[in-house]
Amino acid sequence: MKLALGPLLYYWPHQSVLDFYADMAEAPLDSVYLGETVCSRRHELRLDDWLEVGKVLAAAGKEVVISSQALIESESDLKTLRRIVGQHDFRVEANDMGAVRLLAEAGVDNWIAGPTLNIFNPVTLQLMIDSGATRWAVAPEMSGAALAEVRAALAKPIETEVFAYGRLPLAHSARCFTARHFNLQKDTCEFRCLSIMDGITLRTREGAPFLTLNGVQTQSARVHNLLGDLPAVHANAEVLRISPQGAHTRQIIELFRAALDGHRSPADALAASREWMVEEPCNGFWHGRAGVEQYVAA
Amino acid sequence: MSVSSPIELVCPAGSLPALKTAIDHGADCVYLGFKDATNARNFSGLNFDPAQVREGVAYAHARKRKVLLALNTYPQTDNWSSWTQAIDRAAEYGVDAVILADPGLMAYATKTHPQLRLHLSVQGSATSYEAINWYRERFGIQRAVLPRVLSMAQVESVVANTPVEIEVFGFGGLCVMVEGRCALSAYATGESPNCNGACSPGKHVRWEDTPRGMETRLNGILIDRFAEGERAGYPTLCKGRFEVNDETYYALEEPTSLNTLELLPELARIGIRAIKIEGRQRSPAYVAQVTKVWRAALDKLNRGGAEAFSVLPAWMAELNKVSEGQSHTLGAYYRPWK
Repeated sequence: MKLALGPLLYYWPHQSVLDFYADMAEAPLDSVYLGETVCSRRHELRLDDWLEVGKVLAAAGKEVVISSQALIESESDLKTLRRIVGQHDFRVEANDMGAVRLLAEAGVDNWIAGPTLNIFNPVTLQLMIDSGATRWAVAPEMSGAALAEVRAALAKPIETEVFAYGRLPLAHSARCFTARHFNLQKDTCEFRCLSIMDGITLRTREGAPFLTLNGVQTQSARVHNLLGDLPAVHANAEVLRISPQGAHTRQIIELFRAALDGHRSPADALAASREWMVEEPCNGFWHGRAGVEQYVAA
Repeated sequence: MSVSSPIELVCPAGSLPALKTAIDHGADCVYLGFKDATNARNFSGLNFDPAQVREGVAYAHARKRKVLLALNTYPQTDNWSSWTQAIDRAAEYGVDAVILADPGLMAYATKTHPQLRLHLSVQGSATSYEAINWYRERFGIQRAVLPRVLSMAQVESVVANTPVEIEVFGFGGLCVMVEGRCALSAYATGESPNCNGACSPGKHVRWEDTPRGMETRLNGILIDRFAEGERAGYPTLCKGRFEVNDETYYALEEPTSLNTLELLPELARIGIRAIKIEGRQRSPAYVAQVTKVWRAALDKLNRGGAEAFSVLPAWMAELNKVSEGQSHTLGAYYRPWK
């Protein structure tokens, strides 16, 4: 079982990002996804900077993947997308059908079908495979049971990656909710996302953490954590994705590695991870339930 | 494509009476769905059984109008055949096009019913011409409905770079998130627009009169609380009031409707081919009201041209009466909204 670090979904200062990936180069990871997937206004690292980070990680033995932006709006977004497709150092994660078109057109045959492509059945997945996808990063809202059915229906298996840890990316918008919170417009947002390491927690009027504002992206407040479900996840995936968080990502990765290698039981690893989580855990999506639930089989 | 083609008015039909009302009030096309999870308005008491679809198609075709069938949710492995059968029925009943989101289903439709016209649903989340052209090349889609996220200049760029007809939303309930990319309802309730055809579904809603005010909950999660005299709205979860850093406000979006009536000349100029009115879950009275106003506006535009076009205050007053929260917005067309 491989461990992958998902793309950084938050906007951190340049040096913090470099320090973070220097640490990740030493972590027990197999793959690292890089690049800006959330907001085209974020520019602490530009594509060339990400490619440089990629080289360092590749030199440390990691497989590097460049992820494309999920919501493509402007010609300038497309220009970046074309550059991502046009570079040949690293594999590409396609997070939009525009990326799929450009990859297919360029004859690229080893890309990753990203979690925002809405692949929910084997027919659509097969179309992606026929277009050159060699790994499928499953939408977090898909249950383990539904995932098993898709895999069983394929003529030939595809490497499958499951979102195993992190606040769930739930929605994208043209509107920036962080700017809105500060009574700013997106065009003049003053880059208020910068340094909000884990996004801004949105609570119900009873004070219960519900969602997280991360610029144009809305995430869960709870942390999706499949450590306790590892045996079942193991049967249905070859790669587990861990989403970067503001602190202690390294500890989380090491717990997953220890649990996968049999040095810790899943239950013990889940208990140990609580110390490093920014919020309570949830795993409902995996069990075909409301994503917010923390489900423990009776 | 010709900029001078008149813009089609595409109106919602949640029921046979709504379909007839839309057509009687000047809709060029109506869109509807079957009574199941194959469409994104899977609400009880809504939508069409086979006999009603046949009757609706006959009613529309007798008046030279079109019927579009929405099959715009994403099938899974275990229910795949329900969606392909829905496509077979759509072809059999003679609908003018099916509105699809799932590429797998498009492949099925192209292979099994090559004569069937395909529209890309807003649930397909295609926001660029590169994405739209992919669906065109692979499945021959003839029209795409754009998610409500682009500015006018961005929409213009899409239109200029694809042979696919572009349809945009003109009026109705506003999704603040990119359609097809929103799992908020799935997170809160386990049911999503993508897979179950419902956002913030009614069976998870609770209204509770408490000493603190009327509280609305979705699967137990408090979405809003209304003081005495405040009109308590349906708990669509992105339109509730929440606390962020000790401030309580509509953190994602107010209860409001999209209304782009004033942009009509500009939409015509850039080559938009169809305007969609949201609201299959709304009453025939809503459909009548909204269709009447938009028909009048489009007729005025078609007769007098863009220069002579102006929005009548009476139109806005009529539309505001049926708007969510009795207010409206230009959404992403208006930069400060973002």
